[in-house]
Amino acid sequence: MKFLDLSIAELASKYRSGEASPIDVVKECLENIDKNSDLNIFITLRDKEELLKEAENIKFKTLLSGIPYVLKDAYVTRGLRTTAASKVLENYIPDYDATVVKKLKEAGAILIGKTNMDAWGHGASSENTDFGPVKNPWDNTRVAGGSSGGATAAVAARMAMFAIGEDTGGSIRNPAGWCGISGLKVTYGRVSRYGAIAYASSLDTVGPMAKSAQDLAIILEQIAGIDKYDATSSPNIVPNYSNNLDVDIKKIKIGIPFELNLQINEAATQLKDLGAEIIDISLPMLKYAVSIYYLLAPSETSSNLGRYDGIRYGNGRENFTQESMRRILIGTFALSSGYYDAYYKKAQQARTKIIEDYQRAFEKCDVIIMPISPDIAPKFGELINDPIKNMLADMYAVTANISGIPSLALPCGFENGMPVGFQIQGPMFSEELLLGIGHQYQKSTT
Amino acid sequence: MARLANLPISDDMALKLQKDLDATVGLVDELTKLDLKDVVPTSQVTDITNVMRKDEIDKDRILNIGGYFKVKAIFDEVS
Repeated sequence: MKFLDLSIAELASKYRSGEASPIDVVKECLENIDKNSDLNIFITLRDKEELLKEAENIKFKTLLSGIPYVLKDAYVTRGLRTTAASKVLENYIPDYDATVVKKLKEAGAILIGKTNMDAWGHGASSENTDFGPVKNPWDNTRVAGGSSGGATAAVAARMAMFAIGEDTGGSIRNPAGWCGISGLKVTYGRVSRYGAIAYASSLDTVGPMAKSAQDLAIILEQIAGIDKYDATSSPNIVPNYSNNLDVDIKKIKIGIPFELNLQINEAATQLKDLGAEIIDISLPMLKYAVSIYYLLAPSETSSNLGRYDGIRYGNGRENFTQESMRRILIGTFALSSGYYDAYYKKAQQARTKIIEDYQRAFEKCDVIIMPISPDIAPKFGELINDPIKNMLADMYAVTANISGIPSLALPCGFENGMPVGFQIQGPMFSEELLLGIGHQYQKSTT
Repeated sequence: MARLANLPISDDMALKLQKDLDATVGLVDELTKLDLKDVVPTSQVTDITNVMRKDEIDKDRILNIGGYFKVKAIFDEVS
């Protein structure tokens, strides 16, 4: 019995009926981890004996009790090394837990380990890491995507039931698409960022990754909600996502931005077959999205990474990778006096226009669908050695972060043997709708 | 720029990074041509402002020396 192929609800049910035990499941995780140790998925694995002891003592309080998961190594975990995949924090042991970690601990989920990523979130391929590039479980000559590459690959390779990734410019959706799993970029403020090592504070989001929209709903219920330690966390109530997945697709209007000049693809056709109406909408600012993102994000990261001075904790700044230095420099430049108005302020104004674009579009449709990436997962070196290509890989992803809206990434097929994904985007706090549509879509296409 | 960013960079790296920076500025330059006069810049996308907590004292976190805090002396005692 391959427990890790089950859904969270199915496994939770087998726990309660006695057909499965957390110890068996954790052992299965560890076996798969051993089998795939060359994929560079983990930076820090928890101690085996500790894991088995924890699994033995699980009380089934919530659906997540006894369910094994991994954390992108951007979340601080008390007593467990946290590196953000950078030599700067190679030996950093935090003395507190991120809020998302605390919540999952309380829910009874079992943390298997901290996964590899693009350092500080800087990348779309998980090659920008000091711990070896993450290999795609579907083809180990190709990247897993990024920056939550290790977390994604862990779920795809059945090393855990779910992962917590982080999405600032597509970092959950991009690898989800390239590794064939589901991932959710939440509305900005839906999940507390306390304890998440900051990349760009006005764009960062904390989000779940798993095998299905239904799984994501179960996880989101546990981790969403206001947090007094994160002043940007939303006071909006957290809906019962997992019980509200029965959306009537026949009532849904789906918009496709005509600027993308796309043929209607498989996913759109399937949704149409389920009864949704597909219409053209316009997002005129789409072509400026990459420019806006690559001014805002590097600026904010140059400020956030200023704290790593190698004096109070961590190693010195000469340990930043070239890609990270590149981003810090661009940010420093865009914020410097004389250039601030032309670059950073301009980007903030353009940001307002993108928000308005989406508001106008959502008056005509309920959700918008788009590709996640321009192509399938590239081979190693293609992105990391070409800074411009690296940036353009994010072109469809960044508008959701710029505007703050949620976006659900789902697998929709294969191309040349590699997974392809698409995203469903909705207005702020529309996760319920997105997960419902996603669930109906996955029910009909499995 | 490297000094402003407090990044220790070798001369070779500086040359390569300069090229990258030029290429990136080239990419984002199209933004500077947009006419966005009078558009209000967005710095954050929540509608939340001024999140405060109540000004309440948590007595457990005060050292119990008559309600005072004890700190290291700055001056020596005058003898």
